[in-house]
Amino acid sequence: MPVTAQDINRTAHLAKLRIDEGEIPAYVRNLNNLLKLVDDMSRVNTDNIDPMSHPMEGQTQRFRKDNITEENQRELFQTIAPQVTEGLYIVPKVIE
Amino acid sequence: MHTKKLSEMITDLRNKKISSVELTTHYLNRIEKLDKKYNSFITVSHQEALESAQKADKLLSQNSANLNALTGIPLAQKDIFCTMGIKTSCGSRMLDNFISPYNATVVEKCSQAGMVMLGKTNMDEFAMGASNETSFYGPVRNPWDTSCVPGGSSGGSAAALAARLCPLATGTDTGGSIRQPAAMCGLTGLKPTYGRISRYGMIAFASSLDQAGPMGFSAEDAALFLNVIAGFDEKDSTSIDNPVPDYMQDLNNNLEGLKIGLPKEYFAESLDAEIGKLLQDAIKIYEKLGASIHEISLPNSALAIPVYYVVAPAECSSNLSRYDGIRFGHRAENPRNLLDLYERSRGEGFGAEVKRRILTGTYVLSAGYYDAYYLKAQRIRHLIRDDFIKAFEKVDVILGPTAPGTAFPIGAKVSDPVSMYLADIYTCAINLAGLPGISVPVGFKQHLPIGMQLIGSYFREAQLLNVAHRYQQQTDWHLRVPEGI
Repeated sequence: MPVTAQDINRTAHLAKLRIDEGEIPAYVRNLNNLLKLVDDMSRVNTDNIDPMSHPMEGQTQRFRKDNITEENQRELFQTIAPQVTEGLYIVPKVIE
Repeated sequence: MHTKKLSEMITDLRNKKISSVELTTHYLNRIEKLDKKYNSFITVSHQEALESAQKADKLLSQNSANLNALTGIPLAQKDIFCTMGIKTSCGSRMLDNFISPYNATVVEKCSQAGMVMLGKTNMDEFAMGASNETSFYGPVRNPWDTSCVPGGSSGGSAAALAARLCPLATGTDTGGSIRQPAAMCGLTGLKPTYGRISRYGMIAFASSLDQAGPMGFSAEDAALFLNVIAGFDEKDSTSIDNPVPDYMQDLNNNLEGLKIGLPKEYFAESLDAEIGKLLQDAIKIYEKLGASIHEISLPNSALAIPVYYVVAPAECSSNLSRYDGIRFGHRAENPRNLLDLYERSRGEGFGAEVKRRILTGTYVLSAGYYDAYYLKAQRIRHLIRDDFIKAFEKVDVILGPTAPGTAFPIGAKVSDPVSMYLADIYTCAINLAGLPGISVPVGFKQHLPIGMQLIGSYFREAQLLNVAHRYQQQTDWHLRVPEGI
């Protein structure tokens, strides 16, 4: 099913991405071209094949012991923040 | 100085024929004078470089036995590695103002080895691209022909090397971003096995595919550099705890009995005739060196691109969700509310290709499409990987082209992004399978370099480097320098 402008708007909203009206047709076209390319996948039988998210067989994310290993470096990390007051990140009002 | 081999530079440093400060100053002057032609650097770290060089000279003067071979050698870092106190932009407006509070492990290791960072190289934005045309800082030009792209996304590192603005550089490779620019710029570039090099502090694009790797003029150089940057890292939960061999040790091994596989899908009729001929010449050299050649099949090869262009955007849409204008990076001015802050910061901060990939990734992961696209792609990824595992039961190393063509003119493919994706046709399957792959120069088509790709089995980087090195002992493609350099 081809992608429409409505799909792009919905997806952009999910991705919290502002897209200009004028750019939407190009995004529709490009995503449809990509999905055509990707359509070949549907012709392959993958019943009984496990999905693979890690390239190495049997690898899982490594866990570590739940011990504190880091120091609080909030001041250092906040030197690069756009807007900070008293150690808090400032955003436009969220709660009325 | 910059036309000398790396091994000669190292000898000169050890013999005190030259100091690291002199060598570093030489490269900094070259960058200042020449880089406007290529735009390969985003940041040149003059002061820090000279300080590191002075420290290295002190270490060298102490003649201590434990010094790393690359002490005092300058390098360029792709601007995807976090460097404490020095801008890390990832080629994006989103991080144009980002000064990292910490170093990537790769950067730390280079520093501990006494290497001297000249600066941060240009790249496709967030590593998404195959031409270095999507950078916020403008396109990079190929020193072999400045009307052409250097390849991407590690195009800045590739161009800086080809123009002899540095003797070594780091790159990263998610779908071919070390190997393809190496091929287009006449360089040797290695993407190691997934998990071989730490991703801590390496800005994430697609977490199950990204790998850092060395770029230089030869397999020998790549081996020296890999010795520095490879190894397990506690701080990267995908880092694999395998011991790191000395990659120089097996370089000169005899190739008698080596079995080289040629995938019939890579040597199909669609392969460019001149590239095909150059590869046949290389194959003859390997036969003379004692290797046997075997036809193999990677039946699911044609699905690598579709699978990659579902999996990589999906992972990128997740990784790039951290850029929200709150804690660091670009923030839109005068946001009306929180949603507007998010949407406009991201809309302004990201370029078109990045937005395309985020949208693609979000779409294929969204309800109703997840099974048909993302889950399907992950199942086919399994099949692609199994093809390689079966092939490595028969052969030791797989040989083929790195890229379908030579460096193309800047602007030639920007109007059709999907056509650009086909540049990854020989490289992205290797990332999907997590295998190591190296590109080495194999000749020229007209005046533009061509690369040959060698693919090895898991953690067989030493063998790959050996197979590449023995070829480079018989040929001089890797020693060629662009006209006027």
